[in-house]
Amino acid sequence: MATEVIDYRKEPSITIQHVTSADIDAAIEAPLNRFPSRRWWIAFGVALALLTTGLCTVALLLFQGIGLLGFNQPVAWAFDVTNFVFWVGIGHAGTLISAILFLMRQRWRNAIARFAEAMTIFAVICAGMFVTIAHLGRVWLAGYLFPYPNQHGLWVNFISPLVWDVFAVSTYFIVSFIFWYLGLLPDFGTLRDRTENKYKKIIYSVLSLGWRFSNRHWSHYERMYLILAGFATPLVLSVHTIVSFDFAVSVNPGWHATIFPPYFVAGAVFSGFAMVQNVLVVVRKMFKFEHIITMNHLENMNKIILLTGSMVGYAYAMEFFMAWYSGSQFERFVFLNRALGPYAWAYWTMVSCNVVFPQLFWLKRFRRNIFIMFIIGILVNVGMWFERYVIIVTTLSRDFLPSSWGHFSPTMYDFGILSLGFGLFFTFVLLFVRFLPSVAMAEMKTVLEGAQPSQH
Amino acid sequence: MKKPIYAITSLFTTPDEAIRAASEVSKAGYTKFDVHTPYPVHGMDGAMQVKISKVGYFAFFFGLTGALTAILLISWVTLSDYPLVIGGKPFWSWPAFVPVSFELTVLFAAVFSTVAMIIFYFKFPNNAHPLHDTPYMKRVSSDTFGITIEANDPQFDENKVKEFLKFLGGKEITTVYFDPEEFDYGQKLIDMRFLGVLAVVALSTATISYFTMNKLLYIEPFNWMMEQHKQKPQQPSNLFKDGIGMRPPVIGTVARGFIPYPFSGKPEEAGKYLINPLLPTKEIVERGKSKFLTFCSPCHGNFGRGDSRLQGQFPNPPTLNSDKVRNWPDGSIYHVITEGQNVMPSYAPQISREDRWAIIQYIRILQRAQNTKESDLK
Repeated sequence: MATEVIDYRKEPSITIQHVTSADIDAAIEAPLNRFPSRRWWIAFGVALALLTTGLCTVALLLFQGIGLLGFNQPVAWAFDVTNFVFWVGIGHAGTLISAILFLMRQRWRNAIARFAEAMTIFAVICAGMFVTIAHLGRVWLAGYLFPYPNQHGLWVNFISPLVWDVFAVSTYFIVSFIFWYLGLLPDFGTLRDRTENKYKKIIYSVLSLGWRFSNRHWSHYERMYLILAGFATPLVLSVHTIVSFDFAVSVNPGWHATIFPPYFVAGAVFSGFAMVQNVLVVVRKMFKFEHIITMNHLENMNKIILLTGSMVGYAYAMEFFMAWYSGSQFERFVFLNRALGPYAWAYWTMVSCNVVFPQLFWLKRFRRNIFIMFIIGILVNVGMWFERYVIIVTTLSRDFLPSSWGHFSPTMYDFGILSLGFGLFFTFVLLFVRFLPSVAMAEMKTVLEGAQPSQH
Repeated sequence: MKKPIYAITSLFTTPDEAIRAASEVSKAGYTKFDVHTPYPVHGMDGAMQVKISKVGYFAFFFGLTGALTAILLISWVTLSDYPLVIGGKPFWSWPAFVPVSFELTVLFAAVFSTVAMIIFYFKFPNNAHPLHDTPYMKRVSSDTFGITIEANDPQFDENKVKEFLKFLGGKEITTVYFDPEEFDYGQKLIDMRFLGVLAVVALSTATISYFTMNKLLYIEPFNWMMEQHKQKPQQPSNLFKDGIGMRPPVIGTVARGFIPYPFSGKPEEAGKYLINPLLPTKEIVERGKSKFLTFCSPCHGNFGRGDSRLQGQFPNPPTLNSDKVRNWPDGSIYHVITEGQNVMPSYAPQISREDRWAIIQYIRILQRAQNTKESDLK
């Protein structure tokens, strides 16, 4: 390998070995046709168990009220908002891969874009669950979140970040879904033409809307895809910015900081990429896509994890500096409290998982080692979950007035809704890989060797 | 019957061949032709002389609509329909409108332009196109490139087109026909499947509406707390042995602001210890006069002589100008007004304590007026 001469005039191949369009079709359609393996069923069983636990918890919450959770005054937000922000953040990696890497002409993203977008949609659904079910006391009045004309003569408060959240997360879900579905149209067409099963043919025909692969359609399609990517990019930045405004627009010490929007966005990309990388490591192994979703893809994702992890670490340091520099005793206290107070264990988990461990990715052999990267991905997710927990609970439990301080302890129902999030997400992911093509076939074909005419 | 031709199709194996062929077809003057590729091939638009797509204009237009909708809606709500008075903060706080406006811009642009593209540009959904389910489509959706020249092109001639495509290097040149069944497929109203779907939809709508409006809305929590398990006035209660929901107040309850009268049943102490706190000023006496005329004069007469309409009844309301009453201390009179005496009931509920003292001042004036001494004339 050391004597290999690299021809820098050619773009390096995305895939390993020579892969043709027909190979792509065969490889990616194969999991959809065979009965799922035992390992899939085991994973599905675990995911369903988590989901069922979560749903039972939710049913109890509906009938007996959200007092079952560990909320109190002053800590009125805990697991619910932590999980909400966590899942919205995870969704952002998908859009970044689909939209932002597309705009940057990073062709390697074609292999992972479909999966990442699907994860975005599932993550946003999970986030929506948290905000509407585990957080609202009167869930059946969730429609009140939207500004519709009504007999009360009331409107939502448009200057509240909570209302901005409603618009942001709904828009994000709808636009991501459209983007994802548009990408799926040609693949449904291909599946329709390849399937032998009568029922699947009807389903794929309906879903493909009759896509004919006509180039006159492709020209509109490509332009629309570009426009959607162009919209999705500021959208993803705006969504997590708006979520950060839930905190930054308040006056609580530790929350009222202008660093929150970029800090949250970087953190979202960070945790999202870790989750995508984790799931992809598993999927490529299970379905034998190693030649399509290659080690290079994983390495690139790890580089992004390193980059955003460093940004998050920088943000932590800056927060500390600004707290000291501001001279505000409240701000200073909040940060000392995070590091040394009753939630110090959460804080140090967060710092070690987010700042220390991802730095291992500077070393190429760790970036390209499956086991190490999987572990680091899990640690990053844990760390980012704790980051949201620390931000919310430390500031709420100890803010301005010591007589108002209080402690938060999660009850078992809090863990119940935590398992709802993971259960729902992994159920969706497992169903997705069983029923839908987990790699974008048409997009993948555009970046194969010899796929484009020689003048280009 | 000769089946109507839709188009002639041909296949090409590499993108270079496809591009060259497409550009030749376009240069030869054909307009109703199409190229089918499993993925978008760079440069094909130029080869086919296809103009740049205009979907972007739709996106711009809808995005602008979204932005305007958001800004106008929020402005109307915050300025006119329901302004929130928050400590003098401006009603039109436009920086706060930015997030929602941005989101609606993106939402409207993305949703409406995609839908417009699918419906108007693609004319989807359309699963009845002649090319569907042909071997050509199966190849073209997988890994081969295809060119079709449609029969409704003005230059179309079946043999010439076949020769031309062969000359360009096309393989598997085939003719694709319209499906005559689909060709004269008309919309029938009495179509079994349509009626079946209609019946199912109607039935399910009716069932769901019935169960929602008549059953679901009476179950908690959807009944909007109309059923409240609380004690309502004048309703029975099974918490108490007698079953009555309305309970009297606890013994010893006093009204708000009530001060008990300390000399109840003790007229001598009242006379001894109570002192008139009011001075006989003009206002006090005027007040006392009006109260006296209201409450006391019906029985005791306008001048306290006991000569009211009740005179002649037994027992007679006594005169207030007698020696006995003149020699009573003010407190004794107060006690009589408060507690009553013999047939006279207590006037405490009707006359406030201050008013009673004012009346007493007036009574003193009446008494002096009707028992004047020589010294008073001076």
